[in-house]
Amino acid sequence: MASEERAERPAVGTELPPLEIPVTRTLIVAGAIASRDYQDVHHDAELARQKGSPDVFMNILTTNGLVGRYITDHFGPTAILRKVAIRLGAPNHPGDTMVLTGRIEEVEGDTATVRVVGANGIGRHVTGTVTVTLPAREAAS
Amino acid sequence: MSEQVDEVGARLTEYDGLGVRLKAYEGRPAAVTGAGKDPVNAPMIRHWCEAMGDTSPAYRGPDAIAPPTMLQAWTMGGLLGHEGRTGAYDELLGLLDESGCTSVVATDCEQEYLRPLRPGDEVTFDAVIESVSDRKTTKLGTGYFVTTRMDVRVDGEPAGTHRFRILKYAPARRKPPKRRPRPVVNRDNAGFWEGVAGHRLLIQRCTGCGTLRHPWLPGCNACGCLDWDTVEASGAGTVYSHVVMHHPPFPAFEPPYAVGLIELAEGVRMVSNVVGVPYDKVRIGLPVRVEFRTYEDEEGALVLTVFRVVEGEG
Repeated sequence: MASEERAERPAVGTELPPLEIPVTRTLIVAGAIASRDYQDVHHDAELARQKGSPDVFMNILTTNGLVGRYITDHFGPTAILRKVAIRLGAPNHPGDTMVLTGRIEEVEGDTATVRVVGANGIGRHVTGTVTVTLPAREAAS
Repeated sequence: MSEQVDEVGARLTEYDGLGVRLKAYEGRPAAVTGAGKDPVNAPMIRHWCEAMGDTSPAYRGPDAIAPPTMLQAWTMGGLLGHEGRTGAYDELLGLLDESGCTSVVATDCEQEYLRPLRPGDEVTFDAVIESVSDRKTTKLGTGYFVTTRMDVRVDGEPAGTHRFRILKYAPARRKPPKRRPRPVVNRDNAGFWEGVAGHRLLIQRCTGCGTLRHPWLPGCNACGCLDWDTVEASGAGTVYSHVVMHHPPFPAFEPPYAVGLIELAEGVRMVSNVVGVPYDKVRIGLPVRVEFRTYEDEEGALVLTVFRVVEGEG
């Protein structure tokens, strides 16, 4: 009974527990390939350097996937993602750690908007908002 | 200063011209009835979940849906590239490539999910070039933001929208190479550079009439005599004239910097850098003294003269 797991309704101002993502070379490459993104800067360090980057860096699709996971990890498998809007800043390079944090900014009926920030060692990798619907009790899914 | 402003103005006008050409692509299609290379499928979902560390049961089992954030993945061209892409989008990227904006980085992704995607769904998509920004300078370099909007459908029904922004840019130069341009050394001036290498500033003297000359030449401008010897300069001098270089930048020099015409105590003049005071504090008549600086590069040590403002002056 998923509805029982959600003891409280999401409230504006609620902070989500942070999620730490170790940014490994493997994660960067696996994320790029799983998202069908073969841009060399996501798997070839030498070519990345030629293009002015110190190393390979995470692609936006992986960041998007991690942000989505952060929200559904927290709200559970019945939560339905409606919208994910992200902006990238400081790149995620291997060896860094990204810490995702979130705060519920808005609640309308069963739908919440969460502001998400992913900070790494050099700044904010990602900022964005996720709109998520938390189905009402007994609602068909 | 006015020259500097004019230079910048001219460059902006030039780039705006490109900007206008780029803006013409706004509203043109980026992809028409593209089709996903694979239907939504369990293996790709699993690979995605493995990579993301996503263990949600929603993405497994007979009722599995695809992680909504995979939306774009179903539209990707993979190693072989996009087939549904239109001429307009490739033309736009080509124009940017030609202008030196050869690098690309994704900056924004906004997705709306209208219905879940399930294994077996065949995805089609249309995309439009929504906007092209003005020329922007970022930490990465200077370029243009290009925003596309994609509508993703399954069986003709809207399944999601995907707005994507990239920065197509000319990479910013990291650090100017430190390598100094090397002087051209030939039979006529080799003696001068040998002197500098040994930290001696040598002036050519005509043995016919005694006239000193610099730069070094085969013959005397005063009497035409071809014979010469040298005298070592004391190293003292004054700024006879100067300019401040703002633009264009040369790789080995960080503008702005002062270039002086130095009149040596012996009477000849030579061009050199004036150091020891900010570029805008260099004045005619400033007393200076020669200094020998060694620059190391792949070809070995290079000794050059600069003139340092005498302490207590400037």
